[in-house]
Amino acid sequence: MPGGFVLEANGRIVLRLEPVERMLMISLCEQVIEMVTPQDSDPDADPLAVAVGIDAEAVTPEDPVLLRLFPDAYADDPGAAADFRRFTERDLRQAKLDHAQAVRDCLERSGEKLVLPMSLAPSWLGFMNDVRLALGERIGIDDDFHDEVAELPEDDPRLAMVGVYDWLTFLQDSLVQIMLP
Amino acid sequence: MWNDPVNLMSYVTYVFMTYFQYSREKAEKLMLDVHEQGRAVVSNGTREAMERDVTAMHGFGLWATLQKDE
Repeated sequence: MPGGFVLEANGRIVLRLEPVERMLMISLCEQVIEMVTPQDSDPDADPLAVAVGIDAEAVTPEDPVLLRLFPDAYADDPGAAADFRRFTERDLRQAKLDHAQAVRDCLERSGEKLVLPMSLAPSWLGFMNDVRLALGERIGIDDDFHDEVAELPEDDPRLAMVGVYDWLTFLQDSLVQIMLP
Repeated sequence: MWNDPVNLMSYVTYVFMTYFQYSREKAEKLMLDVHEQGRAVVSNGTREAMERDVTAMHGFGLWATLQKDE
């Protein structure tokens, strides 16, 4: 069975998921939603600044996963990077949140056969990429990763993550191949 | 744009084509430059324009930074 996203002859993009895969994907959506939801702003914050997505302060994340999802924009200028983060991180979090919520809504509306409207493909691609980035950090993926995985003991908790990571890699690539102009 | 081991070559090409409106040939060449050299300049312009591009790349999950031309 080929699996992955398939472009049918009638032009529809279809994904067939086993019930367990669908539940897993919904759970990943919920984890991303929890991770990227902008923190409650300071009650004393300037309401106009909040409305336009500007934070009074912006802290470079210590968690490597968050740092990978919200990287510094200036590699060699911490001051400029902090300023940039104040003005952009809230909106960036919102965009990733919107992707994850769109994917979750799509999954909840669908059964085992999911018909993906073309307009939602960018959300799916962005969401799957965010999860792969997060898992990649947790697993410690680098260019030699597949050689290292072969050496991991059977009870290593990272193996389950590697399985999900490889599955999402396959799914994401199948959708990119359909979407490439 | 910095190379990283997670982003798919096909996805990076897709982002360059859809966001920058680059041809497939140009997008693939840039993607390979990033992949093989570790980093490559994919866009240049005013600071405002580059901040917009970097934000967009972070939205796609690509690892981009901006700096002044030396």
